[in-house]
Formats: sequence, C-alpha cells, structure tokens
Amino acid sequence: ILCGYRYFTFSIRTVGPDLACTDIISTVEFNYSGELLATGDKGGRVVIFQHEQESKNRPHLRGEYNVYSTFQSHEPEFDYLKSLEIEEKINKIRWLPQQNAAHFLLSTNDKTIKLWKISERDKRAEGYNLKDEDGRLRDPFRITSLRVPVLMPMDLMVEASPRRIFANAHTYHINSISVNSDHETYLSADDLRINLWHLEITDRSFNIVDIKPANMEELTEVITAAECHPHQCNVFVYSSSKGTIRLCDMRAAALCDRHSKFFEEPEDPSSRSFFSEIISSISDVKFSHSGRYMMTRDYLSVKVWDLNMENRPVETYQVHEYLRSKLCSLYENDCIFDKFECCWNGSDSAIMTGSYNNFFRMFDRNTRRDITLEASRESSKPRATLKPRKVSTGGKRKKDEISVDSLDFNKKILHTAWHPKDNVIAVAATNNLYIFQDKIN
Amino acid sequence: MFPKGTKRKFSDSGEEAVSSGDQGPAAPSAAARMLSSSYSLQRQSLLDMSLIKLQLCHMLVEPNLCRSVLIANTVRQIQEEMTQDGTWQIMTQALAAAQCPTDRLVATEVLCRQTDPAAQAGQSPKPYAVVGVEEGYHSEEVVMEGDVETDVTMSTLSPVSPQLSSASYLAGPFGMGPCWEEEEEDGECEEEEEEEDSEECVSEGEEGDGDHLSADSRTGEQVFGTFEIKHPAPPPDPALEELFSDVDPSYYDLDTVLTGMQSAPKMGPYDLLDSLSSHGPTALSSSSSCRSDLNELDHIMEIIVGS
Repeated sequence: ILCGYRYFTFSIRTVGPDLACTDIISTVEFNYSGELLATGDKGGRVVIFQHEQESKNRPHLRGEYNVYSTFQSHEPEFDYLKSLEIEEKINKIRWLPQQNAAHFLLSTNDKTIKLWKISERDKRAEGYNLKDEDGRLRDPFRITSLRVPVLMPMDLMVEASPRRIFANAHTYHINSISVNSDHETYLSADDLRINLWHLEITDRSFNIVDIKPANMEELTEVITAAECHPHQCNVFVYSSSKGTIRLCDMRAAALCDRHSKFFEEPEDPSSRSFFSEIISSISDVKFSHSGRYMMTRDYLSVKVWDLNMENRPVETYQVHEYLRSKLCSLYENDCIFDKFECCWNGSDSAIMTGSYNNFFRMFDRNTRRDITLEASRESSKPRATLKPRKVSTGGKRKKDEISVDSLDFNKKILHTAWHPKDNVIAVAATNNLYIFQDKIN
Repeated sequence: MFPKGTKRKFSDSGEEAVSSGDQGPAAPSAAARMLSSSYSLQRQSLLDMSLIKLQLCHMLVEPNLCRSVLIANTVRQIQEEMTQDGTWQIMTQALAAAQCPTDRLVATEVLCRQTDPAAQAGQSPKPYAVVGVEEGYHSEEVVMEGDVETDVTMSTLSPVSPQLSSASYLAGPFGMGPCWEEEEEDGECEEEEEEEDSEECVSEGEEGDGDHLSADSRTGEQVFGTFEIKHPAPPPDPALEELFSDVDPSYYDLDTVLTGMQSAPKMGPYDLLDSLSSHGPTALSSSSSCRSDLNELDHIMEIIVGS
C-alpha cells in the first residue's frame, strides 16, 4: 500500500491574474464512488475533478482526473451588526450519496451551508414553437404549423446550482459538516454548538450539543470537529480542544450535552509543558469505514481508537515527533495552531495525514510501517515513483535527509483525501492539488 | 516577533524592585531567585507572547475562538504557576514601583477588566503586567490626542493604577466584546478599536522596527496597553544601560531558536507562486498580521460598496 506511489498530478491554478491568497485549497473530498473529487478554496470556489475512463490505448494506466466543474460557492459577506467580515473560505465539502444522475454536495464557510446540485446537460431541445433559436419570441401570428421540438446533442455542460441554503444557525465558526447515514439529515458543528439539519428544511435546525458556558469568561474548551457514525444514524462524535472525544447517542436525549462515551488518553506527566494542552487539541476526527474505530489527529500524532475502549487509543502514530523540542517557536509563529486533517484508506488498513515542508505521512496499520512523501513539483517528475523522505533528528544528517531547521513551515499539508476504493490519494499543498496513485503491475 | 526589550526589562525590574527594598517579605523574592533564571525568563517571555497574541485580535474578521481559548488557557497556566512560586507578587509590586510618569521608563499594562462582578472575588484576582522599555519616545507614534507623555501615561496608567490593588484579573479576553460575545454588551465600540488597531499596526510586522499596539483606553470596559519597543537611541541612557547590564545570556539562546524558526525558506523555481499566497515566506508576526489589515480594509470597502 505504501510503496510505489506515483506522481500523477493535477496542479490547478498555476498562474493567474489574481492568484494571491484566494487560491489556497481549504478542503478536499472524494465522493462515495471516487469518481469525483471536490476541492474548496479560500476564495469561496469549488472545483470538481472527474476521473476519466481509462484510455483504451494505454490500459495499464488509470485515467486521469480532469476538471469537471467550477463554481463560486460562497461570497464574502459583511456582518453589519458586529462590523466583521465573514470569510468566503470553504471550510468543508461533503458529498451526498448519489441517488440519480445528478451529484449533490454540501459546502460550508464559517456561517452558511449550501447544498449544490451538479448536473450534466448534453442535449438541448431545438425547434420550439414559440421562440426561435436565438430565444427571441416568435410572432404568434406568423406561426403556421406546429412542430415537435427535437433533442439535439450538444457539448457537455456541467451546471452547478444551489438548491438549499442553510443559514443563520451558527453564531460561531462552522468547523465541520457530516452527512448522516440516513441520507436525510446532516450535522453542522461550530466552536460551541452542533446542529442537526434535515436536507429538505432550511429554516430551522435542531441544536443537539451546546457547550457554551453561561459566562463566556469561563470558556476553556471548544468543539474542534464532529462526525456522524457511518452506519448508526443515531450516533455521532465530537472532539474538543482539550484532546477529548465525546460519543453521543441522539436517542438518549434531545440535547446531547451528556455523552454516552468519553474518550481521553491520560496525560503523561513526564512530558507536561505549557504547550501540553495546545498540542493535545484534536484537529480532526474520522470514523473508519467499518464504523468500529475512529481516528483523531492532534498536533504531533494520529491516534486510532476502538469505540469500545474509552480510556486510551489502541494505536498511536507519531507524525513529526521531532517538532516536540520546537514547540515554543511553533507557538510563536502560530504554527502550533495548524489544524491537520487525517483520513483512512478504503479498507481501513492505512491512514494518512499531512505535515510541514509539503510532507505527508502514511501509516500501514497492519505492518506498522510508515512512509514520508513530499508533494512538490521539484521532487516529483510525472509518472515517477515518489521517493520516501526522511527528517534527520540526530546530530548527523545523512545524505538526502533534511534537517528539522530546514523545514519550511509555510508549506503545510493540512488537507488530504483517500479514494474510497482505490489507492489514489489527493494532497493539497497550499494552492496546488496533487493526485497520486500507486503502480499497477 | 515578540520584543526583546520587554522581557528583559520585566525581569530586571522585578529584581530591582525587590532589591531596592521594602516591597515584600523576603520569602517571595527568595523563592523567585531559587527558580532557575532562564526558566523564569522563558516563562515570562511565553507569557508576554501569549498576551500579545490575545491582544492582536484580528478585528476585521472574527478571531479564531479555538486559538484564543488555547492561548488564554496557556496564560492562565503560567499565571497559576507564577502565583504558586511567588513571582506573581513580585511582578505586581514591580509594576507598582515602576509607575513614574516622569521617567523615561513607562510601565504599560495589559489588563482585561472583568465584566462579571461576581468573579471579582474569585480565584486569581491579580493583575498581570508587562513592562515596556521606551526610549526616545516620539509623540507621532501614538495616535492619541493631546500631549505626548502624559497622555500615554494617562491612558494606560491612571485608569489602571487604582485597579492594580483591586481584583482585576486575567480571564477577561473572553469579555472583550467583539472577540467573543455574540451580542454587543454595553455598547462596546469595535469600530473605535478597529480603527486604532489598523492605524497603529501599519508598522507592525517589520523586524527590528517599533512594534506597535494601540492603546484603547475605554472608560468602563477594557484597558489595553501600549506597547512600544524601539531601537535603542544612539545616545544610550545610563539608567537603561544599568538595566541591561545583567541580562541573562540564555535569553539570546531563546531568541536564536525563535529567529531560527523564522528564517526565510529557500526559494525554488515554483516557490514564487507559493509566496504570492498570504502565507508569505517569512511569517514574522502572528497570523493576524496587521500588514494585511490595510488590504483587508480595502477588501471590506469593496464588499460594502459592491453590496
């Protein structure tokens, strides 16, 4: 699984007039079949890639991902009451399971969630009675006969239209959305509250978690991520800035302030520092596809939890332990607050997460092997196998290793996605998207 | 970058106040000296850094609540530890001792006034303070009406000093209206704060230049401090020389580590594109760099006009 990932790239937005900061990719998500890959960026745009069919001449290559649709999902807004700008940055995209020819996805910024329908049009009707080909109305007195419009093929057009707008339900910044397994409801989480929506109803939602204290000065913990269980539509989890995960059952009460399960690893007293709490803050939580496990990402590690064991994770993987001695500097330049995501592969046998210097890490849960790869154009030639990277931690730096002090902390890989079935991964490095797949044969 | 002058001044004044006499009992000062000085310096610099981060609320976009909560918790931890080993007392006494408006030394404070009177009697009812060194003070650098020194001191000290001995406390960042609350309370004016911050922060982000935070001296609600750290003026002040004379060299190590992390990345052929993004090659200030505030102001104007 871990070896032989090839650079398959699709780099988007390479050169443009207003490149600036609006093109930083802020979320990446495959749909349920893996045929489509959606990215959201800081400028509020969504770009969807589609997996092309394998070409007949070169059957040993998988098809490429090409741009399928681009649309502006969110615009910047201004909250006049608070005199604050509402960023258009897309925080999360989640696909709905496909039920007909069209594709649906939810995209959200800090305040508003939108349901988008993406549909194809490859035919158009010609020969209308009341209007001519340009669309101008025909003079009814000139019409002497009736004709039946015929459908003519046209160039494929992919249209995106907003079908629902779920607004005004979040006072704080939305960090997560998650579609429920009932395919009718979904949850949205901000720093202090979690709401449950019905996909058809936009004017109200149910508040199911509220951790806002009566007195805001007592606030010491916020919600950092939330997700619905993949199979049990009554179960969801949410993680906190104190490194805890709470599993809640919606059957137990309308307001799930009391958890059913509480996951927390006891702190190691020997490694306690002023930064202990910050690095324990969980930036992402993901259920495994099987629904038996969940994975959490904190600043330095990824942990796999068995849902039946609350007192400690079953597996812990160090992502970049060499940063532990640099925490003060990383606090100073704010990198310690970076929120890395993590993801499972389709069979739950491997997990992946990002790091700095455009490095990302993959861990094989069965063999316990891990690998560090780099997503950058300099280090990858098209179709060439990615070379494993290594960060040297000791005094002596071997050839090809990179020292901790040379790492570029501005090149961070926060968002990665794994194809639900195949060994294809999508890695977002600032404003470039890299797609890698493993060798066949 | 957090200011060098600030941290040195602070710990020195702490020791000065104790040595100059009669401030507190011997026990706290002895306890403070027992702490390794590099640890306490580092802890102090961490406290300073955290306070700066809390102050630099990005006033055009709502600040990241998670980040602010984590920083505030860190400050609380430091405060608790300092209270336990007695250095907190020393610091507050030093602050009281250093309040002489006529001196070149201007003590500035960061205080967040509690909005809940019930909490006044609660735990950790102590102010914390950061003392800044100021040399060759220039009036044009502070956007405040009126006279130079007196105004600054007035705005920062006088509303504050009576509160020094009273119970003002730390947990206030969450009471700082626009950053936390959903509703406006007591007519807090974000506009005023916003203006001052964006005006003042033009020079921020330049390494070695005067880092600058505006003071927002609201009457009843909150008090922010004025932070002014400047280049040492060519003719050195003998008083300040004395202060700097016994600086612990371990300070420089901390700086080296920190500056080391800030070194500009190597620019490869494709990095130009990356550097055009908001994550510039050198992230000198915190994420809420005021350098981008002017651009954001323009951006906001576009939105308002556009809408």
